Amino acid sequence: MRETASILPLQLDGLGFAASGERLLRDVTLTVRPRRRLVILGPNGAGKSLLLRLCHGLLRPSAGRITWAAPERAARAQAMVFQRPVLLRRSAMGNILHALAVQGHARQARRARAARALEPFNLAALADRPARLLSGGEQQRLAMARAWALVPEILFLDEPCAQLDPASTRLIEEMIARFSADGMTIVMTTHDLGQARRLAEDVAFLHRGRLVEASDAARFFAHPASAEARGFLAGELIL
Amino acid sequence: MSLIATALDLILSGDAILLDIIALSLRVTLSAVAIGCMIGLPIGAGLAMARFAGRGVVIVLVNALMGLPPVVAGLLIYLLLSRSGPLGPLDLLFSPTAMILAQTVLILPIVIALTRSVVEDLWGEYEEQLRSLNTSKLRAIPTLLWDGRFSLLTGVLAGFGRASAEVGAVLIVGGNIAGHTRTMTTAITLETSRGNLALAVALGMVLMTVTLALNAAAYGAGQWGRRIAG
Amino acid sequence: MQILQILATASTLALMPAFAAAPGHITVASTTSTEQSGLFDYVLPIFEAESGIEVRVVAQGTGQALETGRRGDADVVFVHARALEEDFVAEGYGVERLDVMYNDFVLVGPGDDPADLAGADFAADAMAAIAQAQLAFTSRGDDSGTHVKERTLWEAAGLIPEGAWYRETGSGMGPTLNTASQMNAHTLTDRSTWLSFENRGDLEIVFEGDPELFNPYGVILVSPDRHAHVEAEGGQAFIDWLISQEGQAAIADYEIDGEQLFFPNADDGS
Repeated sequence: MRETASILPLQLDGLGFAASGERLLRDVTLTVRPRRRLVILGPNGAGKSLLLRLCHGLLRPSAGRITWAAPERAARAQAMVFQRPVLLRRSAMGNILHALAVQGHARQARRARAARALEPFNLAALADRPARLLSGGEQQRLAMARAWALVPEILFLDEPCAQLDPASTRLIEEMIARFSADGMTIVMTTHDLGQARRLAEDVAFLHRGRLVEASDAARFFAHPASAEARGFLAGELIL
Repeated sequence: MSLIATALDLILSGDAILLDIIALSLRVTLSAVAIGCMIGLPIGAGLAMARFAGRGVVIVLVNALMGLPPVVAGLLIYLLLSRSGPLGPLDLLFSPTAMILAQTVLILPIVIALTRSVVEDLWGEYEEQLRSLNTSKLRAIPTLLWDGRFSLLTGVLAGFGRASAEVGAVLIVGGNIAGHTRTMTTAITLETSRGNLALAVALGMVLMTVTLALNAAAYGAGQWGRRIAG
Repeated sequence: MQILQILATASTLALMPAFAAAPGHITVASTTSTEQSGLFDYVLPIFEAESGIEVRVVAQGTGQALETGRRGDADVVFVHARALEEDFVAEGYGVERLDVMYNDFVLVGPGDDPADLAGADFAADAMAAIAQAQLAFTSRGDDSGTHVKERTLWEAAGLIPEGAWYRETGSGMGPTLNTASQMNAHTLTDRSTWLSFENRGDLEIVFEGDPELFNPYGVILVSPDRHAHVEAEGGQAFIDWLISQEGQAAIADYEIDGEQLFFPNADDGS
């Protein structure tokens, strides 16, 4: 797919983050491997979203290092989809055109490329509709399509289905599977264990700002190593 | 009541002098609004996005300047453009250009202040998404201005209202010269002092109608825009 | 982007004609009362048709009009405050003061004339009668030529006007007349403003004719030595025309309701 070197793997070393004196994330060391689907699990407040934002560069770590394999290309080769999609006050097509324009794609190529991003996800019929008047599920699919249009090597997803009904959740999961099949690396957070079991190839389990466990998904779900993870998987209220 | 009848008669007869006065007023105020927007929108957006020492002071200053009395703005431009002033050689005093300048000074703080507030709110909403797309703050400005277009319209209207209604500034820098710098408001002042209330009322009615029509159009556009753009 | 282009085009269009300052016009600083009399609307078209020079009149208070001349923002000053005009020339701002015309002040008040002002011999006596009876009086209170004249009359009557009956409006002749008409009060006004004033209510002229009430107008070319950009040629042409037989005749011809407003006096030695 690319001749240039991949920006992955992504290496996190002793990553920490503090806000107003409180250490919200500490000493996270983790490798994000290329072409894998990594799911970050953990109870509320464990620091999952924080970790995604640090990786994506929306926040600056207060300790530790984030190392991309090809740092000079890293910024352009990643995208993120948020729990609540942030859509501009334009048409569905306009939102994708804007993202392409911001990333410096040639004007002539944008429209065709945007159309190609809408088509596979059944959004073509909505192309001219105002994005912010779409349903919640349609909005999140549009946000996904917008990320897709940018052809990132890695896509960060922060609880992408938290506010969606089961039908919409299923459509989003199909999109994630398709992105992955195309070779995109996926890093997502979820609090839905069923979704984690369906999508994860690797799991990172956070608890109270610490990385407690990181392993491949099959082993994590079958034989969690830590007491916290065992409790979490058993549906206990761990604090 | 006969006063209003006479006034209506004047308007409906399409009196040439009346039409000239209306045309000049619109030309001056619309030009001032256009220039005010060209300067004020980017400055307001820049003020919303930039973080620098003394930013708070600038914001307070701009907000305060929204209340700048028109006569003071007029006096400043007068001293600037007077033959004895720094821009005297341009020979602009008592010209429509001078009036456009003075009204621009009145409009600018309104446009800047409203743009800042609209853009700042939108940036709060869009920041993560735009930064995720690697948008620089500078590149974000046109995006934010465009997405705030319907809210910004309100500010532009407020600016238009202030400029079209004021008399102090245009009177000082324009001189109310018949056929050259006489606008609706300066003519109303003159005709009232002449005791020619019918013409003054006629002009007042035109001024209110124009303002009403513009506001209605902008309100309609805003409603329509919110419905189609969310 | 398109919007910016439209805005740019619009503002360029707006600025263009003004930057291309047309030659062949002069700016005359005059007084609001002269403008309000309608005299300029009558005589200027005659001069403009003959000379091809456009005359732009900026009507201001007397003091402000002279200041406009001092700053070089007008080519000709056409006002009625003799002492100030002479100062203006003496200070070197004006070339020469020339008599053009005069009109006169009149005292207006309620038509039933309760204090019998019409029977007074001199203006100062009429003023004294008003003060005596404490009849309502509105004053310009703005240091205008009219206000200066009013104060001279109070002084001549040996009075300092004060009390609830005496109201200063601090505004021009028109607004002061509007106020007087609403309050049914007396006021001193120049005849031309009065004749062209339409919102009179019950007011009428109650005293007139004292030579003390004459109001002479002077015209002065702003000194090109002081302000090199002054349109001396056009300004001089305008002045020459005003004091020519033709200009003087035009001034005398201007009437409202059959009454002559201004009396040419360019030939009276000055």
